[in-house]
Amino acid sequence: MEVALQVQDITVRYGGFTALDQIRLELARHTTLGLVGESGSGKSTLARVIAGLITPDEGQLLLGAEPLGKKRSKAQHKQIQMIFQNPDSSLNPRHTVRQILAEALLFHRIVERSQVERRSKELLSRVQLDAKSLDRYPHEFSGGQRQRIAIARALSVEPSLLIADEPTSALDVSVQRSVLELFHTLQAELNLTMLFISHDLGVIHAVSDTVAVMRQGQLVEVNSKDEFFVRPQHEYSRELLSAVPKMPQY
Amino acid sequence: MTIQPVLELEELTLAAPSTEILVNSISFSLERGESLGLVGESGSGKSLTLRAILGLLPRGVEQTGGVVRSKVSSAMVFQDPRGALDPLCPVVKQLTEVVYYRQRTSLKAARRIALELLERLGLPASLKTKDRYPGQLSGGQCQRVVIALALACKPGILLCDEPTTALDVTVQRQIIDTITSLQQELGFAMVFVTHNLAIAANLCSRLVVMKQGRIIEQGETHSLLRHPAEAYTQMLMDSVLPLPELEGGGVSWK
Amino acid sequence: MNTTQIDTTLPDLGKPASGLRRVLNTPSLLIGIIMFTILILLAIFIPYLSPYNPTEQNLSAFLQPPSAAHWLGTDQLGRDLFTRLIYAARTDLTIMVLAEIIPFCTGVMLGMISGYYGKWTDRIIALVTDTFIAFPFYLIVIIVAFASGAGERGIYITFILVGWIVFARVVRGLSASFRKQEWIASAQTLGLPGHRILLRHLLPNVLPQAVVVLMTDMIGLLVAIVTLGYLGIGIAPPTPDWGTMIADGQPFITTAWWLSAVPGFAVVYTGIALSLLGDGLADIWRRKG
Repeated sequence: MEVALQVQDITVRYGGFTALDQIRLELARHTTLGLVGESGSGKSTLARVIAGLITPDEGQLLLGAEPLGKKRSKAQHKQIQMIFQNPDSSLNPRHTVRQILAEALLFHRIVERSQVERRSKELLSRVQLDAKSLDRYPHEFSGGQRQRIAIARALSVEPSLLIADEPTSALDVSVQRSVLELFHTLQAELNLTMLFISHDLGVIHAVSDTVAVMRQGQLVEVNSKDEFFVRPQHEYSRELLSAVPKMPQY
Repeated sequence: MTIQPVLELEELTLAAPSTEILVNSISFSLERGESLGLVGESGSGKSLTLRAILGLLPRGVEQTGGVVRSKVSSAMVFQDPRGALDPLCPVVKQLTEVVYYRQRTSLKAARRIALELLERLGLPASLKTKDRYPGQLSGGQCQRVVIALALACKPGILLCDEPTTALDVTVQRQIIDTITSLQQELGFAMVFVTHNLAIAANLCSRLVVMKQGRIIEQGETHSLLRHPAEAYTQMLMDSVLPLPELEGGGVSWK
Repeated sequence: MNTTQIDTTLPDLGKPASGLRRVLNTPSLLIGIIMFTILILLAIFIPYLSPYNPTEQNLSAFLQPPSAAHWLGTDQLGRDLFTRLIYAARTDLTIMVLAEIIPFCTGVMLGMISGYYGKWTDRIIALVTDTFIAFPFYLIVIIVAFASGAGERGIYITFILVGWIVFARVVRGLSASFRKQEWIASAQTLGLPGHRILLRHLLPNVLPQAVVVLMTDMIGLLVAIVTLGYLGIGIAPPTPDWGTMIADGQPFITTAWWLSAVPGFAVVYTGIALSLLGDGLADIWRRKG
């Protein structure tokens, strides 16, 4: 299978604390890797390293065959996009949806200026939002809707890798469900390659093809989804899985 | 003769001054030693109901109708354990003060009771010799201290407002196990607010489902989950995403 | 997975409140605007409103009490007090606005750079601001005024030197807190260069707060201009200025108290107008969320 991204021995230290300890990971094209771990396990740090927001102390990233340097080119930036956890702060409060989408589309020259409006509407319909949303500000939307706008923005530049960092954790359960369904639809329609981070094993089960488990800055296990949820290799994975509250079966 | 309930809510209505009704005419009762799950999404009014029982409504919210009848005292465990502790006071000292004032013992006895409580809640024994500030404990440990603080008031009813939502899943599991065993030991009644129906189903014998300030369904846990009358209840049940059975089994719930 | 309904409907906000309606709903802003507009209109149209020249002396009609011909009376040189008062507003308000432009722009820019980039840029800027803050403001003003010669130039130079600090401090704090927010991270993920994030993303978010500070700061500057005039190291006579007017009226405080009181009142009036403006703007921006 074609490899979209290789993480090679990435280490990040803050002072004496090792946030990421020699992480080695491969992400196959057109698949979703679910990254689980508890708070402080380093999963968000890894996401930010891959997105280029944090420079690692050691190790390197390969996007396809191309190494990602300390300073990324514009084209490299375009390839990796990220969706963040908190829908309240992931959109600039003083930009309308139109400005948010247009900036991404024009900066990376995805379409001509005259085509921006049409493409923005297409993107909104892709994330099941009304075209009337274009001239509204983020605070006029619900949390789930804001998360859809963030998804539309990330998809607008046609990235080859999409990182979603706990995109549903701050949402109400019914909204969480509909956002997950949207991810499902997008995976099927766009053949996305995705790194999906969550502490919620139910969510990971719903979206992933492969599961990776992190604990205290180290990668504990990488396994196919079907194997992982039934026969986890590592004791810690088993501990995590058995701690998940389940509905009684009738 | 029926058993006297320890807590009764009758047609309780809460509203903000802008005439917006936040909790609309809800009624339920709680018996001695019983645990009741109050489930719903944000904005359903479940946390406000809990605060009304405790008698601590947030500023700007008023009780405009109905009654809350309670024969016993209640104490609350909050969602954010760090926010519920005084960051500038070491935890044993905080707990000792609460025991001292609520149980009216000598300071020395209060400290002994406090240390016993902390031990029972599974906090490290090193606290006996070296007290720590809340910032020096993990989230789960802080929540244990908060539960100890609540129990130090010897409550007849323990009110829990999403006590595990901010915690990791393994820690959540431990805290819930702790609450369950303490309840069996001490016999307090409990109202447990959560949006996670799986937790409520495992912990509570009766469920109250709230939506937009109203109770839409209530009943005994197992019959309610077997035959939910409302689509909303079904939606909450579906929102607990299924996981396949773990081979070899984990430690099963309950 | 069975389908659930999706929150595609937009919340109905009613008609979005227009700018005018928001202003009308904010009494402090409305009153501030009215007060300030009256002052500005008077200052602009005073040559057409008054038959008198503000600097022309008429020694046959000195120290007259208010009358129909001279609404606020005349001063010790027989000049019409009302005319001088409004011409002084022209002088003082013009200097006030001009002296704020450069400090406001540099302060906001340096504050954003300092808060957004952090690290060594932040350390240098913090060092400079802390050093300047250690000196009393008026001490610096008086030193510069003497060094550069009395008059407008001293005020402009002083303000270019120290006026930016208050904006830099406020904007630095705001920028540092915005920098941690995820919309900045997503702009970085998009690959936007730093200057573009500063100007297109950060600036619109820090500007409202900076403008509110500007209003308060202008009051301080106005008081400084008037104080210097009063001390005789500000605007040089015969150019009308509230500070020199107060000083000139002082010998006659028992016989013609209004000579000093009226320009004093004008300073207070302008101060109230500006602080109402600032408060009102802050209110509106807060409500907008």
